[in-house]
Amino acid sequence: MTAWRLALRLLRRDWRSGELYLLSAALALTVAAMTAVAFFGDRVERAMQRQGGELIASDLAVDDGHPIPQAFADQAQALGLASAATIEFPSVVLAGELTQLVQVKAVGPGYPLRGRLRVQADPVAPEAEAAGGPAQGEVWAEPRLLPLLGLETLAGEGPEIALGETRLRLTRVLAYEPDRGANLVQLAPRLLVNAADIPATGLVTPVSRVRYRLLVAGEAAMVDAFRDWAQARLPRTAQLVDPEHARPELATAIAGATRFLRLATLVTLLVAGAAIALASRRLVERQTDAVAVMRCLGAPRHLLTQVFILRLFALGLAVGLVGVLLGYGAQQGLVALLGDLFAQDLPPPSASPIAVGLITGLVTLFGFALPPLIQLARVTPLRVLRRDLGTPGASVLGATLAAGAALALLIWWQAGDAQLAARLLAGLAGTLLGLVGAVILLIRLAAWFQPRTRGVWRLGLAALTRRPAGAVLQVAGFGVGVLALLLLAVVRVDLLRAWQEGLPPDAPNRFLINIQPQDVDPLRAFLATHGLADSGVLPMVRGRLIRIGDRSVDPDAYPDPRAQRLSAREFNLSHAERPQADNQVVAGRWWGPEDAPDQFSVEEGLAETLGIRLGDRLTFWVSGHEVSATVTNLRHVKWDSFNVNFFVVSPPGLLGAEAASYVTSFHLPPGRESVMAELQRKLPSVTPLDVDAILGQVRRVMERGARAVEYVFLFTLAAGLLVMLAGIQATLAQRRGEHAVLRALGASRGSLLAALAVEFTVAGLLAGLLGSAFAELTGWLLAGQVFDLEFAFNPTLWALGVLGSGALIGLAGTLATYPLLVRPPLEGLRRG
Amino acid sequence: MTTDSSADVARATGLGKEVTGPGGHLTILHALDLCVKPGEAVAILGASGSGKSTLLGLLAGLDQPTQGEVWLCGQALAGLGEDGRAALRNGRVGFVFQDFQLLPTLTALENVLLPLELGGKAEPEPIAQAALDRVGLAARSDHYPRQLSGGEQQRVAIARAFAPRPQILFADEPTGNLDQETGEQVIDLLLDLRNAAGAALVLVTHDPRLAGRCDRRLGMRAGHLESLA
Repeated sequence: MTAWRLALRLLRRDWRSGELYLLSAALALTVAAMTAVAFFGDRVERAMQRQGGELIASDLAVDDGHPIPQAFADQAQALGLASAATIEFPSVVLAGELTQLVQVKAVGPGYPLRGRLRVQADPVAPEAEAAGGPAQGEVWAEPRLLPLLGLETLAGEGPEIALGETRLRLTRVLAYEPDRGANLVQLAPRLLVNAADIPATGLVTPVSRVRYRLLVAGEAAMVDAFRDWAQARLPRTAQLVDPEHARPELATAIAGATRFLRLATLVTLLVAGAAIALASRRLVERQTDAVAVMRCLGAPRHLLTQVFILRLFALGLAVGLVGVLLGYGAQQGLVALLGDLFAQDLPPPSASPIAVGLITGLVTLFGFALPPLIQLARVTPLRVLRRDLGTPGASVLGATLAAGAALALLIWWQAGDAQLAARLLAGLAGTLLGLVGAVILLIRLAAWFQPRTRGVWRLGLAALTRRPAGAVLQVAGFGVGVLALLLLAVVRVDLLRAWQEGLPPDAPNRFLINIQPQDVDPLRAFLATHGLADSGVLPMVRGRLIRIGDRSVDPDAYPDPRAQRLSAREFNLSHAERPQADNQVVAGRWWGPEDAPDQFSVEEGLAETLGIRLGDRLTFWVSGHEVSATVTNLRHVKWDSFNVNFFVVSPPGLLGAEAASYVTSFHLPPGRESVMAELQRKLPSVTPLDVDAILGQVRRVMERGARAVEYVFLFTLAAGLLVMLAGIQATLAQRRGEHAVLRALGASRGSLLAALAVEFTVAGLLAGLLGSAFAELTGWLLAGQVFDLEFAFNPTLWALGVLGSGALIGLAGTLATYPLLVRPPLEGLRRG
Repeated sequence: MTTDSSADVARATGLGKEVTGPGGHLTILHALDLCVKPGEAVAILGASGSGKSTLLGLLAGLDQPTQGEVWLCGQALAGLGEDGRAALRNGRVGFVFQDFQLLPTLTALENVLLPLELGGKAEPEPIAQAALDRVGLAARSDHYPRQLSGGEQQRVAIARAFAPRPQILFADEPTGNLDQETGEQVIDLLLDLRNAAGAALVLVTHDPRLAGRCDRRLGMRAGHLESLA
């Protein structure tokens, strides 16, 4: 008989006997959790990217100062992508006697492809979503344009305004424009026009200053295909605009959410792995006799090893498929639960999570269960005569290495982030070592107490200490379970809060640019009078990077489109004596007052993108002459803080004499918009920018990300509970015989129940103590090392962890074991 | 691999077993010699702890001696590894144990099927069914061990032992867990099947009545073997 046939027969029989239920449940949960997280994460990530797409009203845009060749729109159509064209240019509108400079945006059918326009019928009317742009002959205007044109209402058909050679009706107030935030330097109010009206205006001629945009959106793979196609054919003056590059602060928020989701997935994996390890151990214990008999009947070791491997593979595949189905169902449930959280329908999941689930299941199962099962093949056949010969001592090193290798593989694969993977692995190794070491110490302590106690305490503590290996595994298993539950609390409450607090409610929502040097002091005084705190009024010098060392900067020489864009544009440079409060020098040293002035401090992301290193000499073209200095430090900038920040900063001695304007940001509380009108009157040359919309978008991404992560952590919770169940189940077989003997000897059910409660409660308290300590440690490490957040220790977590774990495990363990006490002792004695 | 040309189905020469325990070296078997001819039934009698089961384990190749040699089914065990000994047992050696050693997850029929499947028999089911029939348990073939009485479990174990038609059967206190009447029935069955199959039987027991039904009786005392009749 082939090993396959035997493996399948034994698998079927083991399944029927119920021996594989616990292992299968742990595995199915692992796969279900991983698949659900993968399916759901896949959809959430895609939704987030799509919502990021709101910032450019599409998934990808082609931007050019010249009309975009028709071939681009044709290609988008050929790939099944939706497309829409927009044209933007400055112009002047006339209403009655009043004229005003506006930023005209003409939109074609389909616009916006991502996000929705929101309009009001009147400045005081409620906002409503609009299906598309204005109809032909109509325009929509930003609220601030109305008073500038002396208009108070849009009653009736709407006032008529002149744009170029045509007259159009102003029918709606434009409350929200998804891609508005993409261009901060938008000085004039927006006027949204139907593209069909543009020819009649006569404003767009071949010499006009016009920005053309082709927006595309659709399936991610097709968008990627379009990007590749367009990249190769892009006119020199054109560029591709990605949502991720539209706003660095949004990209940071999305990256943060993605990291949290991945972390949640990995924690689920680790916890469920512990459940599989415990369940495998139980399986091995229960299979020892069967293997001894088979060895005695002549089964060679290699055949048994083959049978175990094949059986495990078949089990992994079958249970894996069930897990994938469960995972799919679970994520559907999550989507139903979270349906209203997402403004748009979640995109359908891709098929890749199925492979993720199956591969994860097999790797986890093999990593955790194979070493003890292979060890099982080494059971001596003599055990049929001598029951005292137990399971061969499992190679702790081998088992640990196999489990570690499986985890490393999965973490590396799932994290997609070498740094996070390496830290998690190191943290895991440290946690396991620490956990096992601490459990051994605590069990020894309990063993020391045991002879000094009486009655149920003696019995309960003896149960915990007489099988040190089993107890270590059980308490460590409980500890991992508690750790998972507490991590949920740590991550959910503390880390997510810290993340959201990175963007406080009073984050700056107004930027002031074009502040002339003579306006700096009056502006400061104005803001102080109105009780508004600015983030610092900082000088801004425009300069183009022309050389890095001896190498001239050629945008085309960079393969990365972002590097191309960055190197092609003018930088906002600044000078300062001290780094800004939210900047952190990560390499090199910030200058002192005595140091030479020819130094630059460069933002680390820019340095990486453009290949700038410490010690490089950068040359900028500033106001018609060259300014050179050496890069002496690199800075980490929190772009999502909404404070004014600069890619490149020098000491005042270098750029202080250059012509500069100033820039600042501050938080304007809702309802105080009149302050801005007053500011405009007093300091007319200062240009205010309203970033409330983009701020709101970043906040929404954070909020949704946090909710998604919380839900994903429910799987970790389930895995944690399963680990505990596995820990309790692991000793059931042994207890059956022991309880039968104790009851035969006259022990009452009550005293045995009390002993059980003592044993499980003590195990729970020990696990709670360890779980709390490691949860805090993990939270602290993750906050500081991975997420770059402030972390505060949480004393209630300890109380909850230790006492809650003692109560939960004490109760669950006692309840789960109680059925053994109600069965006749003879049954237990017979089954041994 | 050494092949013994003699006709003995099991043979031990100068067989000894020592173990090291907390109290130092302990000699369980002292250089004993034993031959079992094909079809012969040999009873080994002795008190608990006299070394009977150790001898049985060594003869069956379940354990290795510290001195001396064992030949089983014409082959020397000394040159064989654990797997080699397992391969030798496969299909040629049967076992019946005091505590039955049925696999609790398998039905009666599946327990009997196990050695046939391990031996790679092409059509094992009819053979297993016939073996159960011979021990009078054809109707209980779908029952699990826990659904059978002790006597019935031992009869399933006997069916499992004889199903592959072994050359030699080792029985370790086969009636030790059974009442006298059931024990008698089980030993009748064991000897009947042994006669029908022509297999040798090595029976370890402390029951002289049971031993009296064998061709030859050997006494084990403090690790020494002596002929009783």
